[in-house]
Amino acid sequence: MKFWRLSFLFLLLTLVLSGCGEPFLSTLKPAGEVAETQLTLLFISTSIMIFVIAVVVIIYTIVLIRFRRKKGEENKIPKQVEGSHKLEIIWTVIPILLILSLSVPTVAATFKLGDVKDMDIVDKEGNREALVVNVRANLYWWEFEYPDLGIVTSQDLIVPTDEKIYFNLKASDVKHSFWVPAAGGKMDTNTDNENKFYLVFDKEKADEAGNLFYGKCAELCGPSHAYMDFKVKAVSRDEFNQWATAMQKNKEEVQPTSDLAKQGQEVFQENNCIACHAVTANDARPETARTAPNLADFGNRTRIAGILEHNEENLKAWIQNPEKFKPGNQMYKEANLSEEELDALAEYLMGLKVQE
Amino acid sequence: MSSVAAKKGLGASILEYLTTVDHKKIAHLYLGTGGFFFLLGGIEALFIRIQLMKPNNNFVSEQLFNEIMTMHGTTMIFLAAMPILFAFMNAVVPLQIGARDVAFPFLNALGFWLFFFGGLFLNLSWFLGGAPDAGWTSYASLSLRSEGHGIDFYTLGLQISGFGTLISGINFLATIINMRAPGMSFMRMPLFTWTTFVASALILLAFPPLTIGIFLLMFDRLFSSNFFDVTMGGNTIIWEHFFWIFGHPEVYILVLPAFGIFSEIIPTFSRKRLFGYSSMVFATVLIGFLGFMVWAHHMFTTGLGNVANAIFAIATMAIAVPTGIKIFNWLLTMWGGSIKITVPMLYSLGFIPSFVIGGVTGVMQAVAPLDYQLHDTYFIVAHFHYVIIGGVVFAILAATHFYWPKIFGTKLSEKLGYVTFTLFFIGFHCTFFVQHFLGLMGMPRRVATYLPGQGLELGNLISSIGALLMAVAVITLLINIIMTSIRNKKVGADPWEDGRTMEWAIASPPPYYNFKQTPLVRGLDTWWIEKMEGKKELTPAEPLGNIHMPNNSILPLFIAFGLFVAAFGAMYNPLNSVGDGKSWGVPLLIIGLAITFGSMLIRSLRDDFGYHIHKEDLLEDDKGGKVG
Repeated sequence: MKFWRLSFLFLLLTLVLSGCGEPFLSTLKPAGEVAETQLTLLFISTSIMIFVIAVVVIIYTIVLIRFRRKKGEENKIPKQVEGSHKLEIIWTVIPILLILSLSVPTVAATFKLGDVKDMDIVDKEGNREALVVNVRANLYWWEFEYPDLGIVTSQDLIVPTDEKIYFNLKASDVKHSFWVPAAGGKMDTNTDNENKFYLVFDKEKADEAGNLFYGKCAELCGPSHAYMDFKVKAVSRDEFNQWATAMQKNKEEVQPTSDLAKQGQEVFQENNCIACHAVTANDARPETARTAPNLADFGNRTRIAGILEHNEENLKAWIQNPEKFKPGNQMYKEANLSEEELDALAEYLMGLKVQE
Repeated sequence: MSSVAAKKGLGASILEYLTTVDHKKIAHLYLGTGGFFFLLGGIEALFIRIQLMKPNNNFVSEQLFNEIMTMHGTTMIFLAAMPILFAFMNAVVPLQIGARDVAFPFLNALGFWLFFFGGLFLNLSWFLGGAPDAGWTSYASLSLRSEGHGIDFYTLGLQISGFGTLISGINFLATIINMRAPGMSFMRMPLFTWTTFVASALILLAFPPLTIGIFLLMFDRLFSSNFFDVTMGGNTIIWEHFFWIFGHPEVYILVLPAFGIFSEIIPTFSRKRLFGYSSMVFATVLIGFLGFMVWAHHMFTTGLGNVANAIFAIATMAIAVPTGIKIFNWLLTMWGGSIKITVPMLYSLGFIPSFVIGGVTGVMQAVAPLDYQLHDTYFIVAHFHYVIIGGVVFAILAATHFYWPKIFGTKLSEKLGYVTFTLFFIGFHCTFFVQHFLGLMGMPRRVATYLPGQGLELGNLISSIGALLMAVAVITLLINIIMTSIRNKKVGADPWEDGRTMEWAIASPPPYYNFKQTPLVRGLDTWWIEKMEGKKELTPAEPLGNIHMPNNSILPLFIAFGLFVAAFGAMYNPLNSVGDGKSWGVPLLIIGLAITFGSMLIRSLRDDFGYHIHKEDLLEDDKGGKVG
């Protein structure tokens, strides 16, 4: 009856939607060994659970077909059965065995994915071997600091492929959660402590996904929780080194070339943007002073405010009225800049590039 | 005084309900109020799904969405599901154990009025500056920062209604331990009574952590303490621990009575006793116990460490074992039986596959490293709606049909019931099945909207359509209720014909004193035993005599009302963090507390011995067929 039609629909849905989603966002399209481990766990657990569901459904179906009250049997009283010790044992022991078998990969993966001790391995010169990123979550933007490279950036996280990237995670105001679904599970950013984990970005999968993975905030943090996206650019080691070197060279502000951009720089300084937004990657201020995204290499960013397409029109709209795009953001609600000032600012900011 | 009058005016009826201590009338109050909040929570759900129907929608603003989303969860769990379950516990458990009322009728009324005023206070937030907006879990760092008084409505409202829940839990524990009829040993209690018993024990142990957590949050926000302020040496993670040490047992408080309801319905409509009764009792107790051992599976991504995560993962998986035992025992109850598919049975049949799906995704989430992907996504939303709707809501809808005759004396339309079930079942799966995939595809939860181009549009649209179907289903249920009430066709004591337990041996609804003579319990499924021997009535355990009954009282309403007033005083006190403290804050707080403690003092100092129904009146009742 209707149960069969429904189950066929579900099967169809499962087939249609499995392995589904976008390669830059879906956990079903793992782009590194952490997400792959987790997907394997999904398959193992789902298989065991489908077996359980099948057993239940088979008994259920037989019951519904065989034991419905038949015409003429309105007064029949069936045999009142107290129970069966044998059955109770069977359906206690088998689930226990299934759970024990699921526990083994669970515990193994817990310790494997939580193993960050290699984070502190140093080479002969005392330099850390692994790449470590300090992630600081704020309302509603992400700061990424590479402590060993002296680089502070934000919103776009640039990482090399095919190596373990370690993260120190914390939040500066309320609890957020750092999540790159295609690369692996999330880890909360707390205000109380620093969490640590690692991710790996596979080179081929990164290429398939256009080298750009979507990052999400995964803990309700306010009205703009849904807009607290960040991006991960997973590039080859060489490209990463190139970017890192360029960022490191970006010690003093690159002077704007065009007149409009120079005007923009003045607007930037007059309106005190510089008080919060550093424009060079070597922001030496303490964390508590870094209250806004670092704008070094802003011209090469993939999004404006994490969610808008990166073009001048959006940039001007954002600067003029951030509250419209991200209610509750900590910059300001509305600016009162003239069209001319906005043009100049946009020209200046788009020109902040450490490399082409 | 007694309430035997046959004809009542509206005013007299209202006064009766405001002062009643009768568990049957209190059940009406819980059912009506809880039902109202269920509709409210349902509207909030509808708004959520309308907003998420398409990307970048602006049906509601982001702030309003957070408020609606928070209130949907808070209302459904605290103001709809729990009270409606209390309605059925009140209506049924005293009858199932052969008692005339619960152990503490006055407290029973108090429990209801505390829930009423707590729920009222919480929902006044909509009109007084905004509802709470930090999720039903109200995590400490976010909820401290929340502007306006929304979170204060949350803490104060839940504190008040939480007192009510705690009191009711204690009441049912005392009732079930002390007031069982002669011959009813623990292992002869019906399963709904057993699950009420275990759930009440869970309430007793789980609500205090919530009370503590909420007090700490309240003091931080209203009286300048720093329990959760990290800069002042506080800690936000401790909120998560307190909340989930409450929160996980809470879901078992919800689901165990639901299991109990199905354990009554399935044997009734299979004409067969519950298979494996002792295993079912054991499984219930084990689920209750294990429910306290797993709270940190809500915190796998918080950073508690590998050892903690591994331990809680295994403990969580363990709960699947007793739950599975229950599912198989229900199936084997039906096996070899004579199954009649009435509306309550239809919901039971819908429950089994739906709850199993929800349960197995729970086991999947117990795999901690997998949960790092699933946590805080729509996969979790799918899971808990599958177990809550597939388990608790189906049980509530089933019990509504099943117990309607016992509670109101009429019977809901079976035909319309089929329509409600079909629409609701299809709508439910349509809404929530696809959400598993939305979560896997990268959609976090509690998002007010989502951007296009991420592959999330189709799933969200399907999900929203299902919600509309469920809304239509609920409307058909309302139509059913209205039509049945208008038609007012009375039914007998055992309208389903196959009742097994003692509530089906007395009139529908029962006389206000329940049993003329306390019944003698000769075994499990007491009424069935009597029926199989051709008896038309339960065997009495005592001769006909005077019956001692409690008096009505207006004091429970005032005790609860006093706290309601005090809550306003606390919220607007000069020290509050919102900064809009008023000079009348503290005086109002004191006045409110004075009303509460004053009423309690009156109750303590004035001797109230109740009244007696005389034997002669009972015999007259027999002849006159009067009902309370």
